[in-house]
Amino acid sequence: MTNRLLIKGLWWKALAFLLLLYAVIYGFFIPVPDTMIGGSMRNVFYHVGMWFGMTAMLTTSFIFSIRYLRGFKEKEDLVAVEAANVGVLFGILGLITGMIWAKNTWGAFWVRDPKLDGAAVGMFIYLAYMVLRGSIDDTHKRAKVAAVFNIFAFILWIVFVMVLPRMSGSTIHPGQDGAPVMALKLSSDTRIVFYPAMLGWILLGFWIMNIRIRIRKIGIRHEA
Amino acid sequence: MLYREVKTLIGKDVKLELKQKYVINGILLYLLSTIFVAYLAFEEVITPDTWNSLFWIILLFVGVNGISKSFVQESPARYIYYYTIASPQAVILSKILYNLLLMAILSLLSFGMFLLLMGNQVINIELFILALLLGSFGLSSILTMVAAIASRASNNFSLMAVLSFPIILPLLLTLMKISSMALSGPEWPGTGGPLVILVTINLAVIILAYLLFPYLWRD
Repeated sequence: MTNRLLIKGLWWKALAFLLLLYAVIYGFFIPVPDTMIGGSMRNVFYHVGMWFGMTAMLTTSFIFSIRYLRGFKEKEDLVAVEAANVGVLFGILGLITGMIWAKNTWGAFWVRDPKLDGAAVGMFIYLAYMVLRGSIDDTHKRAKVAAVFNIFAFILWIVFVMVLPRMSGSTIHPGQDGAPVMALKLSSDTRIVFYPAMLGWILLGFWIMNIRIRIRKIGIRHEA
Repeated sequence: MLYREVKTLIGKDVKLELKQKYVINGILLYLLSTIFVAYLAFEEVITPDTWNSLFWIILLFVGVNGISKSFVQESPARYIYYYTIASPQAVILSKILYNLLLMAILSLLSFGMFLLLMGNQVINIELFILALLLGSFGLSSILTMVAAIASRASNNFSLMAVLSFPIILPLLLTLMKISSMALSGPEWPGTGGPLVILVTINLAVIILAYLLFPYLWRD
């Protein structure tokens, strides 16, 4: 069963809510380091959270695709697809928040950069995953073929994300050594908001996924 | 056992290809006419960068076209027959090796056409040929696996492109990097890193195909 990941209880939902409330409110009060980008530095609590959420969701989807192939339980396919859905949602929000931030700090909505390319390719892969699912009618066949593609594509995506920065050399995106704007070196003030916020976003992702799975289950029961 | 099955299956594919010559002729013509279109589209002498990108993009499209038929060429009933006499590992390995042969021929041929029509921009020929062969291997293994996935769904052809383009990027960009080194100078130092990445990607794909294909095999 999927209970191992679908944690029961209210406490973690409350925790997600409180952590994000804290991040949204306190994130605007703490002093941020005096860099070129000024107050927009605060976006690090929200934009980066999208990537943490997306990676957590896509990894969950990958794990559940493997588990599906081991036992062919329909519920595990359900988790795989809904985790991918929420991952895509986070990915698109991450692209939007990143583009707005990029326009204000780098002067363009999109720049040629391995991190941005990696994110865009991830979106293409999972949108293709949805198209693949849509073009197979039989439930079991769909689950199996989609799981195979998910495992195959996720590993190649990880290779892409790891390899590409090495291919193109420099990046202006933070979080990589030698990025000219600022390395993701957070001051101790920002750190006390950053880490709770990241945890909050990941938990929020699982929460949305949980709700979507429950809606799907109701739909399945309704059909039967 | 596996070796014998693979050998027989490759032999079967070669025979089939020679019997239905229109398929391979179609791909060859596709290759030639695409390069000719590119040649007409660029009137001036093109820069090495354009040469490089154009070459690999054309090869990617040729590969997608040539390999997409891998699992839909024969009748479904005949595939069921193959299921009973061969192991899934033998089937996927034989398809990958057969497509490797096809891609190697196609890539060398398109290199020849490029030399003829676009002029020679390659300085380090040995490195470029090495990239072509490793690239054929990578393109063949990834595209064969995607063809197997797409063959299980309807609207096979558009799916083939949609599924393969994003996941082939790490391979394609590494290939372009290596071949741009071959275009810019005769030196070998500095090519080690990308070559290792290329071989690693190829190995990873082969292992994944070997492990995952059995799940696509049975209904």
